[in-house]
Amino acid sequence: MINDSIDGFLHRNVKFADQIFVNVKHWLLSWLTAAPGWVVQIASSLVNIFALLAVFLSLFALMSVLERKILGRIQNRYGPNRVGPFGLLQPVADGIKMLIKEDIVPARADKLVHFLAPILIAAAAILALGVIPYGRNMTPFTIDGGILFFFAVGSTTELAVFMAGWGSNNKFSMLGAMRAIAQMISYELPLIITVLPVVMVVGSLTPDRIVAAQTGYTFGLVPRWFVFTPWGATAFILFFVSGLVESNRTPFDVPEGESEIVAGHMTEYSGFKYATFYIWLRGTLPRTRIDQIMNFAWKFMLPMSFTCVIAAAVWHYAGRGLRGWLWSLFVIVVVYTILSMLLDTQRKFAPRVYRFAE
Amino acid sequence: MSSVAFVLLAILTLAAALAAATLQKLMHATLSFAVTLVGVAALFFLLGAEFVGLVLVFVYIGAVAVLIVFTILLTRRDVGKDRGANWRGVLLAIAVFGGLTWAILKTRSVAIVVPDVRAIPVKRIGEALMTSYVWPLQCVGLLLTAALIGALVLVMEEKR
Repeated sequence: MINDSIDGFLHRNVKFADQIFVNVKHWLLSWLTAAPGWVVQIASSLVNIFALLAVFLSLFALMSVLERKILGRIQNRYGPNRVGPFGLLQPVADGIKMLIKEDIVPARADKLVHFLAPILIAAAAILALGVIPYGRNMTPFTIDGGILFFFAVGSTTELAVFMAGWGSNNKFSMLGAMRAIAQMISYELPLIITVLPVVMVVGSLTPDRIVAAQTGYTFGLVPRWFVFTPWGATAFILFFVSGLVESNRTPFDVPEGESEIVAGHMTEYSGFKYATFYIWLRGTLPRTRIDQIMNFAWKFMLPMSFTCVIAAAVWHYAGRGLRGWLWSLFVIVVVYTILSMLLDTQRKFAPRVYRFAE
Repeated sequence: MSSVAFVLLAILTLAAALAAATLQKLMHATLSFAVTLVGVAALFFLLGAEFVGLVLVFVYIGAVAVLIVFTILLTRRDVGKDRGANWRGVLLAIAVFGGLTWAILKTRSVAIVVPDVRAIPVKRIGEALMTSYVWPLQCVGLLLTAALIGALVLVMEEKR
């Protein structure tokens, strides 16, 4: 079998290669053998934290350059190309600029709340990174209910957004925060329910187990990822869209629509605080309206995510093979068709008719 | 190590609770209440009951605190106004505290030294919920569905 030889090859080489970082950490910690246990424990955590922050901050910087470059191309301009080769150092320049900008706090703002809100948001985001399994033996914070931890930490950002909106003591900030929170709450439901089928099928809330459950190949070619099952694919799309809404990304950036409410709950933030709120997004997609977003959440996303749960159950009881694959596809297609028939408001596009202007 | 952590967490929780009860602005009180909940969740973590701690954060900070915030904002116009001390509330709080202390001291289980706390895996909790406690679970589900439909009925457009 070709399969086996490939597998064998991978096992011999990858087994060592994917442990490089783990080995580096062990080597670093070996300097501390004389120290008491709790020092080693703290040092180990610190190593994890530094590695995580370094990797994610540089990734974030790279992504921002990439996004600006691509957006620039889409909009027929060059994008950043002055700082460093190909504008790669742009985030560094931006960071310095943000840091040395004057930190303006509105006179009537609630100083403490205004100050804490961005910190809380950043802290929640970084904490959530902690439970992601990056590789074998490479989950920084192993916990039984890792998935739950991820969402629990994520749900605290709502309060942080509210703090930002209210602490600024500005009605635009407040309105923006209200919109953001309403939107986040609505989309948290499909976000979490779309994760349920995976948890159900694996039978564990631990990210490591979920990853381990998806190893292996079907026909020696297609990885056995849940994304390749009908319920997995549907859940993935729903999860992705909900994630976009949760983080207020472009098509759903209602809370910070400049044309409508200045910059929402970020209005009163200047300099580096502004950067922690992660705003460099200009879109290529038109912004959707707030009522459309809400309708979409409750009338389409929610029923579809429940369908995913049912489809996953069907897949499981039909034997997890080709039969289960087809049956779960059937369930999803049927529900999708019925749902789109129900939601079709029969409003057709037609030439605009003027009553008085002609 | 864990007793130091416990004392720190207890101080944080109690201080935040005190702040929640005494702060003048309603919004500050709500936020301190959220901090109290974080402290309680951390105590659960210390006990090895990670699941309960996480659910506490999830439900109380992610949902209940936000609900309180929305309620305050949507119902009152004088959010920022100072409130005077509420002496009846203080009396009530003391009464509740006294009653609870009395009840706790009456139980015999306080005197029992707890053996090593063993963390229960989430899977066991799930199994218990789906087998021995399946009826309460179903009842809660029914209640939540009813609440969801009720909320929809409340905000439905009235037909003229």
